[in-house]
Amino acid sequence: MSEARMKIKIRGSKDFYAGLLFISFGGLATALSPSYPMGTGARMGPGYFPTVLGGILTLLGILISIRGLLRESSDPFGGLALRPLLSVLGSVLGFAFFVDRLGLVIAIIMLTAVSCLGGSEFRFREVVVFSLVLTVMVVVVFVYGLKLPFKVWPL
Amino acid sequence: MEILSHLYLGFGIALTLTNLFYCLVGVVIGTTIGVLPGIGPAATIAMLLPTTFSLPPVTALIMLAGIYYGAMYGGSTTSILVNLPGEAASVVTCLDGYVMARQGRAGPALSIAALGSLFAGCIATAIIVLFGPPLAELALKFGSAEYFSLMVLGLVAAAVLASGSLLKAIAMILLGLLLGMVGTDVGTGVRRFCFEIPELSDGIGFVVIAMGMFGFAEIVSNLGLKEKRQVFTSKVGRLMPSRADLKASWRPVLRGTALGSALGILPGGGAVVSSFASYAVEKRIASDPSRFGKGAIEGVAGPEAANNAAAQTSFIPMLTLGIPANAVIALMLGALMIQGIAPGPRVMIERPELFWGLIASMWVGNLMLVVLNLPLIGIWIRLLTVPYRLLFPAILLFICIGAYSINNNPFDVAMAAGFGLLGYIFSRLACEPAPLLLGYILGPMMEENLRRAMQLSRGNPMVFLTRPISLAMLLTAAFLLLLIIIPAVRAKREETFRE
Repeated sequence: MSEARMKIKIRGSKDFYAGLLFISFGGLATALSPSYPMGTGARMGPGYFPTVLGGILTLLGILISIRGLLRESSDPFGGLALRPLLSVLGSVLGFAFFVDRLGLVIAIIMLTAVSCLGGSEFRFREVVVFSLVLTVMVVVVFVYGLKLPFKVWPL
Repeated sequence: MEILSHLYLGFGIALTLTNLFYCLVGVVIGTTIGVLPGIGPAATIAMLLPTTFSLPPVTALIMLAGIYYGAMYGGSTTSILVNLPGEAASVVTCLDGYVMARQGRAGPALSIAALGSLFAGCIATAIIVLFGPPLAELALKFGSAEYFSLMVLGLVAAAVLASGSLLKAIAMILLGLLLGMVGTDVGTGVRRFCFEIPELSDGIGFVVIAMGMFGFAEIVSNLGLKEKRQVFTSKVGRLMPSRADLKASWRPVLRGTALGSALGILPGGGAVVSSFASYAVEKRIASDPSRFGKGAIEGVAGPEAANNAAAQTSFIPMLTLGIPANAVIALMLGALMIQGIAPGPRVMIERPELFWGLIASMWVGNLMLVVLNLPLIGIWIRLLTVPYRLLFPAILLFICIGAYSINNNPFDVAMAAGFGLLGYIFSRLACEPAPLLLGYILGPMMEENLRRAMQLSRGNPMVFLTRPISLAMLLTAAFLLLLIIIPAVRAKREETFRE
């Protein structure tokens, strides 16, 4: 699959979006911090330092996004590689969801299969063999060897 | 001779069977991930951190350190043979090393890289021995104000030396500091930024952040690129460099060692910057700069010595001050904290075996690496034929298992995925993750020292300017920022990074 088709195109510059991201994190911190006791300069409460940090982060975010608006053409964002992103994070979230419910074996097979979808090519037989080998290896090393408390089978 | 008795203690620890074994494990893993493009030392150490919890602290540290400097050796192999950097600090080695391989001189390039690294590693470790104890002694006199200013200086230096935009690096540090605030405040017991999620009341695990931002995010980034990996030559041929090669190399190795040792100590410095700087220096002072990029052995010798020297000396601020110089060191610091060791100058007095055992293991490990990388080069070349499409699911799986096993809680795995998403978006926005991790590690310490200093001064912020050491550090930080803002220096900095 060509790279152009895999990506969602987004207009605007890297700096602009980075700035927005910093503004939202900084804004969140400044908005939440005052709900914790502020204290005084001599006896700082838990709200003091995060308020200051959040404020500076918001300011920096504004500066960065303004700079991004000024040089939109030279610093294009380009977009995200959606397929790898979804398959990698999806397989990890799937592992997190299934590992305690259906056990390690199913979680591993699911993780390998879904994550391989994000690779450059998907060879069905290779993925089957590979996921089985990985499963056996992990169960032997981590469950029997290192004795990690995993639920192995669904039942 | 106090140093000798310390070294005796150190070797006594490093040469026990267990520690030798874990040192070997560390350098083998380090070489492996150094050789394999697409996984760096930060991701590996994050992945393996949970396995070190059950080891004694010094053994854990010996293994993790071995991974870091082992990667410096392995990285050069891939750069020279495949024209792909095995890891970031070996980018410049591609320029001349790969050309040398195409000229049939892969063997000498590999051996100069390994021997140069060995020399640099030994010298840089000696520098730690000489400068570590006095620095720790100085740091023992530090009060809260000095510590706070030191951390400001460290973070500013990290931002200045990070590649790319200064503003974005500072913003990443601030975000990291804020992430460090999540959880129960030690002083008051107030829960901050927890959103009623019970798992967050102990704070965000730094292993989770590192696994997400260095592991998952890197994999997604790599998959977004097209894979093209061709081993140029499977036959390395004669390994030994000729007399002319040695003659051309020894000066660059010396200069690279000096440069790397100096840059490694600086926060944010470390291996990557120093290899670029060394290449730039060698090119500038060469009698015929046009040879560079066409197989000049100086362009391999200098940077390879520099990156290994820097990898070793970047341990100095961590071991003496408790301040990490870069993301990898920050991970090791985190590992120590999980082991219940409060990093700082007291470590060297209270746990001398930790410092001296680690130092001694570095010499041992560097020797092991030369053996691993030169006579056994064939094995590493074969490793390069493992395709990434099989490698990355295995890495994903190991990270998942590692994240799960921290607390036996799938929530940590899901949170690491969240940081993977964030890390990938940041990398697409040209924001480096390393400053964030440094900020995160230093955040709680910084707040604690700020509070204590302000309490002692009864709320007078002038305390940071009236105490001479603190003032000196803040002035240095301001000076560094000014350097960057002055356009002439800025242009030169961008030029160095482009080369």
